[in-house]
Amino acid sequence: MIKAVIIDDEPLARELVLEYLRNWPQVSVAQECNDGFEGLKAIQQHQPELIFLDIQMPKINGFEMLELVEKMPAVIFTTAFEEYALRAFEVSAADYLLKPFSRERFDKAMQKLCEKLENNTPAVAPVQDVLEAASREMPAQHNRVVVKINGKIKIIPMADIHYTEAADDYVKIVTQEGSFLKNKTMAFFEKTLDPQHFIRVHRSYMLNIGQISRLEPYEKETYLAILRSGSKIQVSKTGYPKLKEVLGL
Amino acid sequence: MAKPLSTQPTFRLTFVISWTAGVLALTALIYYWFGFGWLPALVDGWLSVSLLALDALLIVHNLAYYRPTSGRYLFILAVNATLAAACLYFGYYICGLLFKDQPLYLDWLKASLPVRFLVAWIFLSAISLLSFFWYEIKAQQETIERKETAEKLATEAELFKLRHQLQPHFLFNSLNSINALISLRPEEARQMVQKLSDFLRGTLKKEDQASTSLKEEIQYLQWYLDIEKVRFRHRLSTEINCSEESLNAQLPPLLLQPVVENAIKFGLYDTIGDITIRIKAWTADNTLFISVENPFDPELQHSTKGTGFGLSSIRRRLFLLFGRSDLLDTQTDNTLFTTLIKVPQPQ
Repeated sequence: MIKAVIIDDEPLARELVLEYLRNWPQVSVAQECNDGFEGLKAIQQHQPELIFLDIQMPKINGFEMLELVEKMPAVIFTTAFEEYALRAFEVSAADYLLKPFSRERFDKAMQKLCEKLENNTPAVAPVQDVLEAASREMPAQHNRVVVKINGKIKIIPMADIHYTEAADDYVKIVTQEGSFLKNKTMAFFEKTLDPQHFIRVHRSYMLNIGQISRLEPYEKETYLAILRSGSKIQVSKTGYPKLKEVLGL
Repeated sequence: MAKPLSTQPTFRLTFVISWTAGVLALTALIYYWFGFGWLPALVDGWLSVSLLALDALLIVHNLAYYRPTSGRYLFILAVNATLAAACLYFGYYICGLLFKDQPLYLDWLKASLPVRFLVAWIFLSAISLLSFFWYEIKAQQETIERKETAEKLATEAELFKLRHQLQPHFLFNSLNSINALISLRPEEARQMVQKLSDFLRGTLKKEDQASTSLKEEIQYLQWYLDIEKVRFRHRLSTEINCSEESLNAQLPPLLLQPVVENAIKFGLYDTIGDITIRIKAWTADNTLFISVENPFDPELQHSTKGTGFGLSSIRRRLFLLFGRSDLLDTQTDNTLFTTLIKVPQPQ
């Protein structure tokens, strides 16, 4: 049995997947979800092997939801957004169905997936690079970060972020309200957050330039950025020229 | 407007060189050819040429801002004659004061006045003519450039409008819903195809109309909202209230649609739970009022509140059509966003 979850904000789109799935009795749908919040809960609860996922959804989009998933299932995207899907299709084992899709196309995707599951190859090379590729193209992700805190999802607008700091396997996102951890790399944020506002000033720090109050010389060729909040952030020898350029110094 | 020639570096260089050459030539002429002393030759040469150069500069500069229409060439000639006479008189007066003790030179100066006048007049007229054409060509070039830019902008706007109207995601998602309905509820699928066709036909037709009645516009929006209702089921309800008079009022085509699309985008696509979109229309003071109300998610939109949910293009359009910037109002009340459009009616 393959356990599946369908996540799409349009009821008919979900019904269509259900209908197409009648040819695949080995798949049982554990839950249908209206949005990414419900989807995330359902994934935690049912631990499905497969999810059908729309991209454009209220609150958080499909890519943002996947960022918060801990145990990544196989993902078949179902979307009308050709611009992200085609790109993602090239780099990932997951499949991308462009709405409207035919039964033949759907069956092909399922066929491929079932073979992989049977051969016990990891179903989907989790879509890390896809997510990064998509993040760069989804404008929403340039100006917000989605985190999970105590099982709740929080959307942090870019302007509220003071800086991000590398912390082992996580990145600490520091805001007025406190700091949040996200299971991502600094490189990920460097690629996704708007480069006009966020500068990697140090191996371990990325700064929101809107938060800088002043710069002070520190050691030889390095600086300290003093933020409005009072935090002091090290600016490395390589980080300083980048900062200088964006600030127009 | 072309910049005055006098601001161009090449013109300045040419001017200084010609001026110096003029001074030297006239001085040499008076000294060697007519055999007067060094002093009168130098003063006369310098003064006459400099005054003339000043006149030329005046003409070149003024023509940048004022160019007479074709019938008024005589006017230019007259102005040039006056300028030539003025500079001659001034030079004559100064030399008269300076060289009282050289009657021979003064006699000669007086005798040469008509020739000097003629030379100055022809010279100034030539300068006027040249700069006149130079400015005309510049202005023409600028007009052409402006026209090209305007055309380019118009084409871009047109393309953007077309792309926007096709709304590929709306279309593909609707087709996907039809795809689902075909086997589930064929009769509904048929209705959906009909609505989608009516809506698309309306979009294509609206392109070339100058204005449309609210009644037509509402009918068109109804198809659009019905399609969204099929896509999102019970989540979306709509309330449309239009007064009897308002239905006959006129408005530019495709003005209301982006407002309602906006309401759907923020009210339906970006929210969770059941929502209602309310459209009201009424007339007062010879003006059509339309309000569109949608809920929104304050958590997602708080950073964009100031810019009014991307309605600036509609405000711009209303300004271009009616020359007024007070025709679009937005209001935020807790989780409700209201857009109010005023359309002045033809008298």
